[in-house]
Amino acid sequence: MHHRVKVVVNGVPRELTVEARASLLDVLRERLRLTGTKKGCNQGACGACTVHVGGRRVLACLTLAVQCQGKEVVTIEGLADMGETLHPMQAAFVAADGFQCGYCTPGQIMSAVALLTEGHGGSDAEIREWMSGNLCRCGAYNGILAAIKTVRDAAGHPDRGR
Amino acid sequence: MREVAYLTAPDADAAIAALSAHDNAMLLAGGTNVVDYLRIGVISPSVLIDISAVPLTGIQAGEESFTAGGLARMSDVAAHPGVRGFFPVVSQALELSASAQLRNMATMGGNLMQRTRCGYFREPGFACNKRNPGSGCAARDGLNRWHAVLGGSSHCVATHASDLAVALVALDATLELQGPAGARMVALSDFYRLPGDTPQLENDLQPAEMIVAISAAAAPGAPGSHYLKVRERASYEFAVVSVAAVVHAPGGIIEAPRIAFGGVGTVPWRDHAAEQALTGVVAADSAALRSAAEAALAGAEPLTHNGFKVELGRRALVRAVQLAAGVR
Repeated sequence: MHHRVKVVVNGVPRELTVEARASLLDVLRERLRLTGTKKGCNQGACGACTVHVGGRRVLACLTLAVQCQGKEVVTIEGLADMGETLHPMQAAFVAADGFQCGYCTPGQIMSAVALLTEGHGGSDAEIREWMSGNLCRCGAYNGILAAIKTVRDAAGHPDRGR
Repeated sequence: MREVAYLTAPDADAAIAALSAHDNAMLLAGGTNVVDYLRIGVISPSVLIDISAVPLTGIQAGEESFTAGGLARMSDVAAHPGVRGFFPVVSQALELSASAQLRNMATMGGNLMQRTRCGYFREPGFACNKRNPGSGCAARDGLNRWHAVLGGSSHCVATHASDLAVALVALDATLELQGPAGARMVALSDFYRLPGDTPQLENDLQPAEMIVAISAAAAPGAPGSHYLKVRERASYEFAVVSVAAVVHAPGGIIEAPRIAFGGVGTVPWRDHAAEQALTGVVAADSAALRSAAEAALAGAEPLTHNGFKVELGRRALVRAVQLAAGVR
């Protein structure tokens, strides 16, 4: 059985016909060709598919697309809305070597942006704890931590000096 | 993933009506457990009834009591100032569970209904009485380091996976269930069933019932309560052993403690024998506490690989009780 789903993806209203069993992850990648969101474990254990739904970070592999009716979804492709200009978190990951192979990076960045919005960017230990849902098998964790702190400490961020 | 029908329920009445009207229907809320197990073929409902928009998401917590709607998200409950201030064991159990992303998705009711993470339950290639009644238990003679030392049977030794349930059992929490015949209250400690020879029956939820609310009254010591979780990595992992400690210690002497263990039992394990042994002990006296802890986890029956959980559980108990009693 197919279901009509209206969803706003990266600011663009979309109307899709999906099977109930289709995950948001598969619909993003296979239907909308937004392949920036990565399929890692496909069982909620790695965080590579982290996206924002309704302003909160969630796992796209464990979200059915049909459950996104009327919601706003933001993926790594929608993070920077200034053409070729990177989002500050993307730029900080590049500057701090926050990745090696890059496969987990879109999920790391989506999670990192949400972490600062949530107010969990205090100590190094707090950042590591609240980023623990994003695994990096290359072990780029020190660079990821440095990137998040760079953005946190940039002028104007609400978490500055916490 | 096999095909499945899908419908949405705007409120609890609609969800219960839909559950009653369809064979082999299952509720879907945050999806963190259902979608995973659906994908790998561990569960096979014909119909998913999406209750994620049911507005039972209220949270109230203060000096007197704690209440959360069945559809409140784990992250929202954990961050609620009243929960943090007056029932920290609940906040801690929630924030030591899963990851930030999963806690944003998963609901309180769903957390309490989650299935075991026993590796043999997950793998349709192995015998499992919980997944396929009568097929046997691959864990009893398999790799059982992560399995239960208490409450098991020859049919099943899978641990209950929820941290939240351990904290709530220590608080004597109550569930409000709603079904075709109306609402009823059940103590969480009576809700979960030991596996016995029917490990596929995990709780007292009746056909077409759902959890609409979870509540607990304040207990002495609740504002200082503590959840200690021992894992094989620092974060984002299920418990090897965990302890929920609600300890009232006027003048430093333990009075009416409430203790529950996770990671050791087939259900969240309230330990009345440990509570009795701890009563009257000076919280700062580590040797006396250690000696009282010998009464904990009585009747444990370790399997080949998990005997260490008994000693680990008793040591964790000492630390959890001291943290809850304010001993640093």
